[in-house]
Amino acid sequence: MAEATIRSAAASRPGPLLRDLLGLGLIALGGLAGYLLFPDNLAFLTRLISVALLVLSLDLIVGYCGIASLGQAALYGAGAYTAGIACLNGVTEPFLLVLIGAAAGAMTGLLMGAVMLRAHGLPQLVLSIALVQLLHEAANKASWLTGGSDGLSGMVPAPLFGVFEFDLWGRSAYLFGLGLLLVVFAVLRLVVRSPFGMLCRGLKEDPLRISALGIYAFPVLLKMFVISGAVAGTGGALAAIATQVVGLDSVSFELSANALVMLVLGGIGHLYGALVGTVIFMALEHVVAAANPFHWMTLVGAVLIAIVLFAPRGLSGSLDQLAGLLTRQGGRAGR
Amino acid sequence: MPAATLEVAGLSAGYGQTHVLEDVSFTVPAGGRLSILGRNGMGKTTLMASLMGLTRRYAGSVNVGGSDITALGTAARARSGLGFVPQTREIFKGLTVEENLFTGLKNRPRQAIEEAYALFPRLHERRRNLGSQLSGGEQQMLATARTILGQPSILLLDEPLEGLAPVICDMLMEAFTRLADSGAMTILFVEQRLDSALTFAEDVIILERGRIVWSGKPPALRSDAAVLERYVGVGGLH
Repeated sequence: MAEATIRSAAASRPGPLLRDLLGLGLIALGGLAGYLLFPDNLAFLTRLISVALLVLSLDLIVGYCGIASLGQAALYGAGAYTAGIACLNGVTEPFLLVLIGAAAGAMTGLLMGAVMLRAHGLPQLVLSIALVQLLHEAANKASWLTGGSDGLSGMVPAPLFGVFEFDLWGRSAYLFGLGLLLVVFAVLRLVVRSPFGMLCRGLKEDPLRISALGIYAFPVLLKMFVISGAVAGTGGALAAIATQVVGLDSVSFELSANALVMLVLGGIGHLYGALVGTVIFMALEHVVAAANPFHWMTLVGAVLIAIVLFAPRGLSGSLDQLAGLLTRQGGRAGR
Repeated sequence: MPAATLEVAGLSAGYGQTHVLEDVSFTVPAGGRLSILGRNGMGKTTLMASLMGLTRRYAGSVNVGGSDITALGTAARARSGLGFVPQTREIFKGLTVEENLFTGLKNRPRQAIEEAYALFPRLHERRRNLGSQLSGGEQQMLATARTILGQPSILLLDEPLEGLAPVICDMLMEAFTRLADSGAMTILFVEQRLDSALTFAEDVIILERGRIVWSGKPPALRSDAAVLERYVGVGGLH
């Protein structure tokens, strides 16, 4: 009977494509609601989207490949600085700047992956920290190129589609960011559901089993690093376009660590978890830090401890579990 | 990949300093079926693992289709044509049936998983279920189908019927026979169920303490009660 219930629950579940379309619809609705409900906070919401892209990119390697990383901001920062430098040098078309940022992130991902994949576990984590610190220091020292500790400023991106200016209110930037997020999310859903995505999940579960199927782990994981870099670089480029400033904080260990916290908060290995975690963390930061700028991290810490203790799979993982239980109970009630 | 000849010569292997296999040599012609028998702990699983490069080799060589694969790692051996279905099945329990099958595709198109469903229609019914929700027999079907999708030239089946209900064993044996009859692969079959092993095989070897102590044709073994009693632990078959 239990077997029949599981079977019927699986059969009654909507197909993956339909679920993805529903998910994209929800993200679009949420995004538009943000636009209408918080017109004075669009700059913050755009930053939230750019960080969400960073956390999504982190989920690809942590959640889907089981690679420990505290250096993801290196990829984000590479995208941000490269797009910013390109903009200052006459490339002002926003879509082209995003492509440049994505390419820079992908290239950095290739190099970072090639180094990090030589190690496993804690040494791998240490390598990721070392790499982001190295890049941070390089950005600091190369002040002739990056503006050093003052940051890179003065970028003026061209209007979107030649019409919509990136103005002070941030409407164009926000809608541009929301569009990018939807496109990137749709592509990532396809990637993680593809045979390649399954190989990554298989490698996370048991590399030896994948090896016995004739698959070499290194190129598969490196490919995911490149994709992850492209996504993080897109986020960085969006931040550069929207804020028209790139600072050292975009390539910092702190941003990398925060991204990991957001991912754990939302739930790893879901993609949706990355979005949920980013929204909750940044909303908490925004609201609580405004109310109490000195102790807001205490509240965030308490929430994180509660999540880890009571919902170890993160918020989206726990919701998923709850939905599964309800579906099964519904199946039983229906019988 | 067409069926290939497997030649094992003087293979000694084990774990760490512990030698399990000693001077094992045999040849299976392309498209042949070899059953490997022996009591528990005599080295059958170690032999399969050694063919896949999962143990420490002390001596000997392994050739697939005339190519020496002795120095290759596990992934390279699998790419050279060996397909391994381990005793523990080792499906990915967090992935659905369909997703598990995707991992075995190598560079083949997604549509190729229809071959798996044709071999085991039960998997199609369960395609959206997680690996953890499958019965033992279904897990075995999935592990076998996933390996078959890689189109191995030599299939290594390690105790595929262990712990399964007779009706499931019959379904699996029917599938293995269909695969063997297609001539697309050479099959090595480690199995404790003597009757299934002898009915399936063209040739048999018996391992005792890591050495081959008997080799021959199934009818000869069926009629040799003394060998069966001594090395396999049964008095005879009727």
